[in-house]
Amino acid sequence: MIDVLVIGAGVTGSAIARELSRRQRNVVVLERGLDVCEGTTKANSGIVHAGHDAKPGSMKAKMNVRGSEMMEELSKELDFPYRRNTSLVIGFSDEDRKTLEDLLEQGKENGVKGLEIISGDEARVKEPDLSDKVTCALLCPTGGIVDPFLLNIALAENANTNGVEFRFGQEVTDIKKSGDHFTVTAVDVSAEKTEAAPDNNSGEGIGSEGYGSNAFTTTYEARAVVNAAGVYADVFHNMVSENKLKITARRGEYLLMDRKTQGFVNATIFQCPTKMGKGVLVTPTTHGNLLIGPTSVDIDDKECTATTADGLDTVLEKAGLSAEHIPTRQVITSFAGLRAHEAGGDFILSEADDCQGFFDAAGIESPGLTASPAIGEYMAELINEKYPAPVNKSFDGHRVGIPCMSTASAEERKELVSKNPLYANVVCRCELVTEGEIVDAINRPLGAKTLDGIKRRVRAGMGRCQAGFCTPKQMDILARELGIDQGDIVKSEPGAHMLEGRTK
Amino acid sequence: MTADRKAKIVIIGGGPAGLAAASSAVKNGTAAEDILIIERDHVLGGILNQCIHNGFGLHTFNEELTGPEYAQRFINIVEEEKVPFLLDTIVVDVSAGATKIISVMNKTDGFFTIAADAVILAMGCRERPRGALNIPGYRPAGIYTAGTAQRFVNIEGRMPGHEVVILGSGDIGLIMARRMTLEGAKVKVVAELMPYSGGLKRNIVQCLDDFGIPLKLSHTVIDIKGKERVEAVTIAEVGPDRKPVPGTEETYTCDTLLLSCGLIPENELSSQLGVEMNRVTSGPVVNESLETSVPGVFACGNVLHVHDLVDYVSEEATAAGKCAAKYVNAGQESEVYRTDAESAGKPASEADKHAADIPIEIIARDGVRYTVPSTIHIDRMEDLQKIRFRVGAVYRDASVVIDFNDKVFRSQKKRILAPGEMEQVILKKSDLEAAPDLKTITIRIEEAPKD
Amino acid sequence: MNKITELTCIRCPIGCQITVTQDETGKVIDIKGNSCPNGYKYAGNEVVNPTRIVTSTVRVEGGELPVVSVKTAGDIPKGRMMDCMREIDKANVKAPVAIGDVIISNCLGLGVNIVATRNVDATL
Repeated sequence: MIDVLVIGAGVTGSAIARELSRRQRNVVVLERGLDVCEGTTKANSGIVHAGHDAKPGSMKAKMNVRGSEMMEELSKELDFPYRRNTSLVIGFSDEDRKTLEDLLEQGKENGVKGLEIISGDEARVKEPDLSDKVTCALLCPTGGIVDPFLLNIALAENANTNGVEFRFGQEVTDIKKSGDHFTVTAVDVSAEKTEAAPDNNSGEGIGSEGYGSNAFTTTYEARAVVNAAGVYADVFHNMVSENKLKITARRGEYLLMDRKTQGFVNATIFQCPTKMGKGVLVTPTTHGNLLIGPTSVDIDDKECTATTADGLDTVLEKAGLSAEHIPTRQVITSFAGLRAHEAGGDFILSEADDCQGFFDAAGIESPGLTASPAIGEYMAELINEKYPAPVNKSFDGHRVGIPCMSTASAEERKELVSKNPLYANVVCRCELVTEGEIVDAINRPLGAKTLDGIKRRVRAGMGRCQAGFCTPKQMDILARELGIDQGDIVKSEPGAHMLEGRTK
Repeated sequence: MTADRKAKIVIIGGGPAGLAAASSAVKNGTAAEDILIIERDHVLGGILNQCIHNGFGLHTFNEELTGPEYAQRFINIVEEEKVPFLLDTIVVDVSAGATKIISVMNKTDGFFTIAADAVILAMGCRERPRGALNIPGYRPAGIYTAGTAQRFVNIEGRMPGHEVVILGSGDIGLIMARRMTLEGAKVKVVAELMPYSGGLKRNIVQCLDDFGIPLKLSHTVIDIKGKERVEAVTIAEVGPDRKPVPGTEETYTCDTLLLSCGLIPENELSSQLGVEMNRVTSGPVVNESLETSVPGVFACGNVLHVHDLVDYVSEEATAAGKCAAKYVNAGQESEVYRTDAESAGKPASEADKHAADIPIEIIARDGVRYTVPSTIHIDRMEDLQKIRFRVGAVYRDASVVIDFNDKVFRSQKKRILAPGEMEQVILKKSDLEAAPDLKTITIRIEEAPKD
Repeated sequence: MNKITELTCIRCPIGCQITVTQDETGKVIDIKGNSCPNGYKYAGNEVVNPTRIVTSTVRVEGGELPVVSVKTAGDIPKGRMMDCMREIDKANVKAPVAIGDVIISNCLGLGVNIVATRNVDATL
């Protein structure tokens, strides 16, 4: 029997799993993707919001402020990139100024420190590339940026080293409450779709670990279930509860620019928020790229992460209002992500009223990334109250990340290379990523199994040539380290094969 | 700073440019052991190794060779001359100054530094990725630059896919249309944004026409379908503003989209060095000696500007090798010159003349997008100086006009000028010397009067 | 009726536009637009008996690379390119391979060899 089964290995599920591992219990995370960070988390702004946007008293407000407070300490503990770069919400009119004043009051009420309204000129002293039309700005000194992939990866890795089991390619198809436990059925989506149907449908029965399986489906028995399934959280909640949730996928499109643009802005620049969200922002990333976006459009398809011509045009146009001379020639990629917007508008962090033991972490849209450490803490408390467990004395919250050659000093490089010669073999030229780093990314706990997995861990292929040169080399290393054929390598999702056979 | 090793000339890149530069430096008096080629791949030859098609060497060797054969000719010279080279070695940093310090690393020797008198930049170029093209749609597997697909097919023996749409009619895209077809794939269409192809005419004939592959000019990709693997690609015609024209959409089912949308010189190291860059070429600005704005740093091949033919790369690199040899030889003969030059950061003594002598500026105008070089010092130029350039549109029966100080010096009729092909004019030193008070040379296109 | 064919010369990068005129028997009676003798020859040939060089790869056994690049040592009829590819696809060669090694001699009886265009060492 599993003590707690978490659905979803995004930043929310991973943060919860890590907090749950502070107690002695059997925790399993089921993830549909082949890696952590495959859903909502993989495409967002990477902002650590100060906390002035959410309505006072809401879960969003509480979790945002707490998450923002936790982030710096956590970034040291888990070794992921985080920087308090401050943020500015800019206004162009008296009406905007009024909005900023409201935000200031709201922020104060939420407990955000250091907020201040400054003039357009003062804002331009800080950020010379801001539009001349900016008349006022809300300065938020606690605003920051984080690498969203590495935050998610670090939380999951650390949960894993503290005993949490992660099972990938597991798409949950059914959840049933029977007596004091849940029976959760999942299909293995990593199995090839073209393979013949399994002849053994009876399965092996459920073993003492709490799950039984055959070639395609696995059933899990768990005392408690945590629903951290992003845009699908309503589907799973509605399987066990009559109080239905409705989560709409709200698509956001982004454009990312080359690291050459470093310094174009130093702070994160927001425009005044609307009912659809915080609007298009202009921000540096923790790695020195420039990111603009997102749009905000509700869509019916929970899978539709396609970008659109209109969406990308909108991003360019809106971002152009904040700063006129955005270096659009330096765009290296565009992408779209889906926010999990719940009809009620707030985070749902609670046990289902009519289904004991089923805990929702649903409707986690912005500021979900910022809030994730706080959500992890909060959800674990709820579960600890209901399902007490002794403290896990061997819990170690520290994680050491993969050394980064690109930011290392000459001395550090020398040392890294002398310890491991693979650190001298550069694979990705744009981002200066070495074979050593890629091998580390593959062989770590919950290591990379796909090209995107490598990219998110060590940035190989993240640069200006977008993996044009290093794809074959990365595939060589991945095939060698995993002991598989290059033909079986996927970009990210099952079925996303890179190659289609041999030439002869 | 003391370096771990020393060389007179360090050549960054062991592709066609680096190899020709090395061979030329030896011919021009630099001892082979004073040269060092640094190559990041595990073999010399660079991109030529994957360019297995023929058509190389017509100018250089008067015969038609494939890429690997062409590369081997130069590798043989370098090996016969015993020019030292490092393979699987990456340059991570170059610092400017009279002595250049090059930080490199590889699996065998680890991280170390090399002190050099001169550096030849020969890093080549890379392909423009999908992201830079702003193509909307999904981001599935199956989207490759043509060069990546070329490597998979020709070196690894792997097929990137079986039903192919190609965006961009650059030469690599055209060559890959034929390669994929010969290997059994179906190439459905080549879409080109511009109203003309970016590739060589002979490639359109041999790679597309021969196999009945349609080339759709003024078309672009407007959508990519397929979440995991490419399933279809939609193309549409574009108007003069290069925006898609509604109603012209056509969807092709396919599993692969290849991109051949231009090459960008790979100048991270040049930027680190503080070399002045040309916005049009994305390569360094150079003078008649192919020397960049940093004294003693030379550039040649595709890192300088993207070439159409490797023969021209070899020719240019030969010139760069010669100039670098001259530079280090001059240093040897006159320690004073070198030390002064180093401490002052600019040429001295004999070179004082150069410093005093303001170079002639070469201006690209009226359809000429850029020139290489950008300046000429008459006293340093060879008897004949090639000026290479590209045009920005297709011209028929137009003239390439050379102005000396705004007065027409020469006009050459050309039957056809196309952006895909590099053009050149040759200037005589004697003509430049004879021109009174020559300050600027303009290269421009004069269109034939419309009848 | 004379037959007029417009073609682009592929012998060199200039890509001359050549006009070839044939009489009713197919005999070439005029070639215009070429700027060199190679172009003249190419154009005359192209309308009567077009030929091409084929380049591809052949599987290598025991080599440091899985395939070696090859070419037809001379021109073959354009219409036989895919037949030639089938022969190339069937072939196998043991490493080491050196530039110029004959991989298939007298391919398809066309009197043209398939030769290696790259050196491939044997794996140790």
